[in-house]
Amino acid sequence: MGMTMVEKILAAHAGKDKVRPGELVNAKLDLVLGNDVTTPVAVKEFKKIGIENVFDKERIAIVPDHFVPNKDINSAEQVKMIREFAEEKEIKNFFELGEMGIEHCLLPEKGLVVPGDIVIGADSHTCTYGALGALATGIGSTDMAAGMATGEAWFKVPETIKFVYKGELQKWVSGKDLILYTIGDIGVDGALYKAMEFTGPVIENLSMDNRFTMSNMAIEAGGKCGLIEADEITLEYVKGRAQREWTVYKSDEDAEYSQVIEYDVTNIEPQVAFPHLPENTRGISEVGDIKIDQSVIGSCTNGRIEDLRVAAEILKGKKKAKHVRLIIFPGTQEIYKQAMKEGLIEIFIDAGAAVSTPTCGPCLGGHMGILAKGERSIATTNRNFVGRMGHPESEVYLSNPAVAAASAIAGKIVSPEEVL
Amino acid sequence: MEIKGKVWKYGNDVDTDVIIPARYLNTSDPKKLAEHCMEDIDDTFAANVEQGDIIVAEDNFGCGSSREHAPISIKAAGVSAVIANSFARIFFRNAINIGLPILECPEAVVGIDKGDEVEIDVDSGVIKNITKGTEFQAEPFPAFMQEIIDAGGLVNYVKAKAN
Ligand code: SF4
Repeated sequence: MGMTMVEKILAAHAGKDKVRPGELVNAKLDLVLGNDVTTPVAVKEFKKIGIENVFDKERIAIVPDHFVPNKDINSAEQVKMIREFAEEKEIKNFFELGEMGIEHCLLPEKGLVVPGDIVIGADSHTCTYGALGALATGIGSTDMAAGMATGEAWFKVPETIKFVYKGELQKWVSGKDLILYTIGDIGVDGALYKAMEFTGPVIENLSMDNRFTMSNMAIEAGGKCGLIEADEITLEYVKGRAQREWTVYKSDEDAEYSQVIEYDVTNIEPQVAFPHLPENTRGISEVGDIKIDQSVIGSCTNGRIEDLRVAAEILKGKKKAKHVRLIIFPGTQEIYKQAMKEGLIEIFIDAGAAVSTPTCGPCLGGHMGILAKGERSIATTNRNFVGRMGHPESEVYLSNPAVAAASAIAGKIVSPEEVL
Repeated sequence: MEIKGKVWKYGNDVDTDVIIPARYLNTSDPKKLAEHCMEDIDDTFAANVEQGDIIVAEDNFGCGSSREHAPISIKAAGVSAVIANSFARIFFRNAINIGLPILECPEAVVGIDKGDEVEIDVDSGVIKNITKGTEFQAEPFPAFMQEIIDAGGLVNYVKAKAN
């Protein structure tokens, strides 16, 4: 019996020839990540362990991105604390404002994650790096502290569900729609404790940015991780960025899966997830008349250059509806700069958008785009839980960047076709 | 470890954003976090929860973010244990790591109502509904996790191994 990609990565990092689902292993870590919300708690716990130095100064990444530029005094104190910790422990990859970005856009861009890695991050969307063929998973602050101290973490080897995507992608249908459709199908706990593996001819032709979007939302199905086998598209992205050697792991032909689920994407239209769970998905033609107050384009799900290009394609030469606030936040400084070079930022501003410096901002209801009671936002983010973007009685609808841009123009949730 | 308290009951998919909304994450002080625990799902909780109370919920408790602030706020609010049909993976890990007892037991979830008086023996996994006079058996933890729990959480466990 063969092994899945995840089993192979875990076995290699645990110094074993073979592992089986259910087995508990102690594995070596290639990178440990934290942000401005989770690292302060980790620093406190790290100090309690009583080990002087971190396991490897080059293999820890700390990215203040949630409440930056510091939104209030408390946030400033939190960032100050982790900055001082990074200085004291000589942590190389501390990303100060102005050099940073949303952590899950930034780390792959900087070549800090490569195929075959095991990465733990004190942020649930760490699973994004599965798109590189790495085992990346979210953990909490205490795990981050222990990881920084020892360079190891315990894992239960997960079962894997294989998803096979076949058929023809329709216009305006992206990785976001595939993953929303999948979550709509299996539910927010459909992959609980499990690894998801995204495969098939559609994935093989999908761009890196779209792959990141898919892996990013594995957690929204309860998954431990969401992997895509590294291929030429992956290596094209990794070359020139990678700061380390990489290893490509492929699932064996006879690997054992807990489930194999096949989708024909030909009939999938752009998806919208209704409040208050990402599983409440509908095709855009079934949405009905939903007026919006805000449209948010960005985040670790859809804040990459291709996402901005799609949004610009729709917004070019048009104006957002008068009553709508359109907020666009590129994922990193590099993406921001690229968007400037390509003239996208000008298109956004001409369309009436507020373009923000990279930050998590409104995605988690932090700042820069909070909703009042009863307000509605369409967003390219990944969660539409109660209160996620502001008041507990506000609503978030999740979509791809094309739908979010089109909806900003129409003032209600519509298909891109309706504004072109 | 023996636990006894009154039950707060919730449904499916109680996510970390309702357990502790992000707008309060600009602090990591457990006491301040506890003041807003469960606020967006039940605004009577934080003011009325008593030391030792128990949360009982259905599927996928703690889904969403990795914020350890979620189990920290529950623990700091005085809650002594959470019983659910299932827990989201990161929440499960975080709860073990910080020493908040959690138990998976679908039969108990069905057999316990809001306000019931419940007693739990964490080591054996026996859950007693005192109000209704019924008893349930939760899944025991794997030995390795029990070691972390016995050490009083992951930090103590790592500390003991390092020295
Ligand atoms: S953009 Fe949103 S989902 Fe992504 S890391 Fe930031 S808060 Fe989390």
